[in-house]
Amino acid sequence: MSVKTMTAAVNEAIDQEMARDERVFVAGEDVRVGGPFGTEAGLHAKYGDKRIVNTAISELALTGIGVGAAAVGLRPIIEIMIMDFVTVAMDQIVNQMAKMKYMLGGQATLPIVVTTHAGVDSSSAAQHSGSLEAWFCHVPGLKVLMPSNAYDAKGLLTAAIRDDNPVIFISNKRCLQTSCEVPDEPFALPLGVAEVKREGRDLTIVATGRLVIDALDVAETLAGQGISVEVIDPRTLSPLDMDTILASVRKTSRAIVAHEAVRTCGIGAEIAARISDEAFDYLDAPVKRVGAPFTPVPFAPLLEDRYLPGKAQILDAVREIGLTT
Amino acid sequence: MEITNEHMVRMLTQMLRIREFDERAARLMEQARVKGSVHLYCGEEAIGVGVCESLRADDYITSTHRGHGHLIAKGGDPKRMYAELFAKASGYNGGKGGSMHLAALDLGIIGANGIVAAGAPIALGVAFASQYQDNDRVTVCFFGDGATNEGAFHEAVNMAAILKAPVIFVCENNGYGEWSPTATQTSVADIADRAAAYGIPGVVIDGMDLAAVYEAAGEAVARARSGGGPSLLECKTYRFYDHVGRDFGVLQRDPEEIAYWRARDPILLWRNRLEELGVLSSTDADALHASVVGEMEAAIAWADAQPDPHPDALFTDVYTEPAA
Ligand SMILES: Cc1ncc(C[n+]2csc(CCOP(=O)(O)OP(=O)(O)O)c2C)c(N)n1
Ligand SMILES: [Mg+2]
Repeated sequence: MSVKTMTAAVNEAIDQEMARDERVFVAGEDVRVGGPFGTEAGLHAKYGDKRIVNTAISELALTGIGVGAAAVGLRPIIEIMIMDFVTVAMDQIVNQMAKMKYMLGGQATLPIVVTTHAGVDSSSAAQHSGSLEAWFCHVPGLKVLMPSNAYDAKGLLTAAIRDDNPVIFISNKRCLQTSCEVPDEPFALPLGVAEVKREGRDLTIVATGRLVIDALDVAETLAGQGISVEVIDPRTLSPLDMDTILASVRKTSRAIVAHEAVRTCGIGAEIAARISDEAFDYLDAPVKRVGAPFTPVPFAPLLEDRYLPGKAQILDAVREIGLTT
Repeated sequence: MEITNEHMVRMLTQMLRIREFDERAARLMEQARVKGSVHLYCGEEAIGVGVCESLRADDYITSTHRGHGHLIAKGGDPKRMYAELFAKASGYNGGKGGSMHLAALDLGIIGANGIVAAGAPIALGVAFASQYQDNDRVTVCFFGDGATNEGAFHEAVNMAAILKAPVIFVCENNGYGEWSPTATQTSVADIADRAAAYGIPGVVIDGMDLAAVYEAAGEAVARARSGGGPSLLECKTYRFYDHVGRDFGVLQRDPEEIAYWRARDPILLWRNRLEELGVLSSTDADALHASVVGEMEAAIAWADAQPDPHPDALFTDVYTEPAA
């Protein structure tokens, strides 16, 4: 164990899996110099051009490298440096990698990881700040991961690289800068398993990515007021571990779902619907959703702050369901 | 090609304005007074100016993430540009876009872009509209060398060729895409060669030589305006600073390479030429430079004093509301 940033944890997972399995390689833009966030730092020196493939600015073709290479036995990690740029690669992700196994009657196995960096950070404006995870959760055939800390990032990415399915691995940019204790040796966390980050009795907050940090802060604040909050991080957004979420809601009878992405049609809508569907009789209040307003991400810090969901919005939701005044 | 003395001086002024705008933008970003980040045009001024001086006020341009120079060259006001970089309400985009999305549609500036190569299909559409509306406006699409490796670029050039759309594709080959040398990214030494694949003229130009850019752009613009269809101009140039800001610290470039290109500074070359031709004395040139510096300092002061956007601006402009 040692304290690592999430960036370092991601880097270590890639490094250790590349060392373990020769079929694993990374392709992406500027990965030779470590990628824009440093997640591939030092890897080119170690693995060279063959396995750290510094591609042209061609997201569609570079994702195609992943699909084609996986179809014939390699295990690609495809980096799309900023999540908004996945739009350029969408056909390869949605029509090709997600559907190929099914369309081909099971012939193809596509062990691909698409890694990308999402979220609002330092006035990057509307084309560099997106959290688009829900788009991919809508596509059968893909798994979608969104870790909230360095420990989970390493364990989940390792599992993703070892998984035989296409996985979208999303790192929130602000989470990348956070640190915690992470094992130095390789380890895999199970995919599709949520984690109870904090136990509580009165309210369940299901939070993803950066909002997990905010939800834990809110839980601490509310504990001081005698309100006991359970915080759940699904970690895998597709497939969702509803069992853990439902067990919690049956215990607390109240739920808030929180994410950074636009609230409308976000993953929170799916979670809220399934809670209503499967735990309706246990609920003492409507399930509340916290997410960004229905606008593109603005540039001005003042507007960006107002846009960005966080502790204040979670606390508003707590008030709305009548837990505090 | 005849250029009046006055025009020669105007072009020097335009290049100086771009240089001094961006030198200050860089420092203001380092001080966090400019929000977000800026991609500097320093070293590439002859291209924006040489091309835009070949255009009419009612022509159009699409720009890139490295777009400040294009805006100024097409008539953008540094005051409103700084205001946007400062995220003020009086910025061109009301503080909602920032450097990478600067636009001024009333000046024919369709906009900078945060998505590499996305301007090419848009430029095609603007040029298509000129054909549709039967006016004789042309559209210039600025983009980098790296952008020519995106599918969007190839699709747009092919379709522009088929439609004989009045668009001039201007590639600013500055030797790098982010931190990757162009030679490691792009299959041809001369991006102009890619024009052959689409059956349109492709020309290599010294992008540090204002006169060369101006002349080639003039020909391509005339061709597009008269219904001759698109051309691809590849301007060889150099990014004096880093991909983002002055020094991002990821890649050390060869100091000799930098020195080689610095000696070919397009502003220096043009100024020397004007002095040699007797168009301008050295004292005149210094005075001109000083007045440009004064203009930029005043623009910064103006922008600084502008109000912030109203917090509710977050919710406006998502949709066009029906006219009341
Ligand atoms: C679709 C897309 N991919 C990647 C990026 C990240 N990016 C921004 S600028 C840039 C380099 C562009 O290189 P080039 O076209 O040569 O323009 P230059 O920056 O050299 O002017 C990259 C990769 C982006 N903004 N959009
Ligand atoms: Mg370039």
